[in-house]
Amino acid sequence: MLRFLLQRLLVMIPVFFGVTLVAFGFIRALPGDPVEVLAGERGVSPERHAELTAQLGFDKPLWQQYLSYVGDVLQGDLGVSLVTNRPVLEEFMELFPATAELALCAIIFAIIVGLPIGLIAAIRRGSLLDQGMMSLSLVGYSMPIFWWGLLLIILFSNTLNLTPVSGRMSFLFEVEPVTGFMLIDSLLSDEEGAFASAVHHLVLPAVVLGTIPLAVIARQTRSAMLEVLGEDYVRTARAKGLSPWRIVAIHALRNAMITVVTVIGLQVAVLLAGAILTETIFGWPGIGKWIIFSVFSRDYFAVQGGLLLIALCVMTVNLVVDLLYGLINPRILHQRS
Amino acid sequence: MTATSSTANISVRRQQWQEFWFYFSESKTAVAGLVFLLLVITLALFADIISPHDPAEQYRQFAEIPPAWMEGGQIRFLFGTDYAGRDMLSRIIHGSRLSLVAGCIVVLLSLSIGTVLGLIAGYSRGWVEAIIMRVMDTILSVPGLLMALVLVAVLGPGLLNAMVAIAITYTPYFVRLTRASVISEINRDYVTASRVAGAGPLRLMFVSVLPNCAAPLIVQATLSFSTAILDTAALGFLGMGAQPPMPEWGTLIAENRDLMLSAPWTVTLPGLAILLAVLAINLMGDGLRDALDPKLKRS
Repeated sequence: MLRFLLQRLLVMIPVFFGVTLVAFGFIRALPGDPVEVLAGERGVSPERHAELTAQLGFDKPLWQQYLSYVGDVLQGDLGVSLVTNRPVLEEFMELFPATAELALCAIIFAIIVGLPIGLIAAIRRGSLLDQGMMSLSLVGYSMPIFWWGLLLIILFSNTLNLTPVSGRMSFLFEVEPVTGFMLIDSLLSDEEGAFASAVHHLVLPAVVLGTIPLAVIARQTRSAMLEVLGEDYVRTARAKGLSPWRIVAIHALRNAMITVVTVIGLQVAVLLAGAILTETIFGWPGIGKWIIFSVFSRDYFAVQGGLLLIALCVMTVNLVVDLLYGLINPRILHQRS
Repeated sequence: MTATSSTANISVRRQQWQEFWFYFSESKTAVAGLVFLLLVITLALFADIISPHDPAEQYRQFAEIPPAWMEGGQIRFLFGTDYAGRDMLSRIIHGSRLSLVAGCIVVLLSLSIGTVLGLIAGYSRGWVEAIIMRVMDTILSVPGLLMALVLVAVLGPGLLNAMVAIAITYTPYFVRLTRASVISEINRDYVTASRVAGAGPLRLMFVSVLPNCAAPLIVQATLSFSTAILDTAALGFLGMGAQPPMPEWGTLIAENRDLMLSAPWTVTLPGLAILLAVLAINLMGDGLRDALDPKLKRS
């Protein structure tokens, strides 16, 4: 297991440096004079220009600039936001829990709904139920989620008045941030109704963000189950006279889970990309909205830092999925080591 | 000799095609998807003739007219008009052009670059392969839409730059697929035979190996076509893709977002267009996969 972990970590190193190169190159590739762009000042005097160039290190050769950038990154220094003048890492950490909460709820929603749909569709293969559920999940998979979010706002927030339009919490409540997860923090606070408000704010964005993962999980669970159900050992179990549900629950599901866990892990990148759109639509104060704002306000250090940190999140989750994969399917561990 | 072998070739092709169509047409939904897609393509091709109005023409006195089937609607403006009195139907029809072209260009770019890089990686192995694959891993470690956004921030907003950016984020999938098939094919007897017969690396890569990797690539290309339309629309919606007044579907939703409550059709109809087009392509993609994947064929 340890060897497997080290192997995976070893593969991550070049990718990490690749991402730092992209983040580093991003700032250098921006159109216009990087010093003026980065300093957020236009038409600066030549003296000020030289001063800024030295301050930002642009007078050094490119490889030296890159090395000092990587050095800074490894020490946790991702630069300072041009808009707020605060360290990028600090801003990211403050907003990250909001996105994590949203993404977690979205994936839980997707699993709770998607997994049973896939299972039932596989067991009732070819039935009307199967066809109906698979058609619906293909619709979900084809959904432009920014539009889906707007539709749900029109329906639930404006027509039915059931949910708020944006934000994480009603202004009536003041919730002390402890964990950064509004659902937990609102429970910890004494404010009555704060938890309900947090749930109300969370439902629509989580459903919107979870729609595509739901569809993918349902479809992949179905095909993984179908493959497993065709195996010899399942036929043996059937021949032994086991009930269909027992075969599914005890024999087939475990092996189908290998595929499903991988699929769920792969959805993390999808969730983070979707968070950009979902958070923009629902005014959700997370990193997705933050990064869009940074792109538009030309806060390039924030974009650069955000890019790197989000890539790190994806890489970490992929590593965890790989390890889980190894745990569920011991064949993989032995094959590689 | 050559004549007979070429007629034999043609009849084999025809047989393959018939077999493919036999399996593809088994799925009613796939055929439905194909038919709808052909309809959209026709709309896009003949947009100037079919659409009832000029998509940019502003009928100021007819602003925010609801669709014909709603109260206050006019048959003249079947899908209603937007805030400036532009005909929504004509804008959506013209938008299909932009979306389809964007999807095609993204797929062509990522498919061609990805296939070539994948062939090189799978054929050469060693450090060349390592470099190519690590670069692809790097691209994959950043969520696609974010990567595209960052690239557009560098290149500048606009439809063309959005397409290039999206194509870059799709390339790794084609590289991985091609490389994997090349590695599984390269030691087969027919490749060895061709090598012994004196075929050079280019001929081996493109003439011997590539056609046998085609099936998964075609399926991936279809799936990428639909996601490319979605991503182009998403970038347009975020203001980083096609710029108004271009009637790109995502841009249409963005520019009418403020009217979402007073004139909901200006938002719902373009979105429905995206959904239906993407759904049709995905239905077709599913049928293609089933028809091309021999493993699933017999089950």
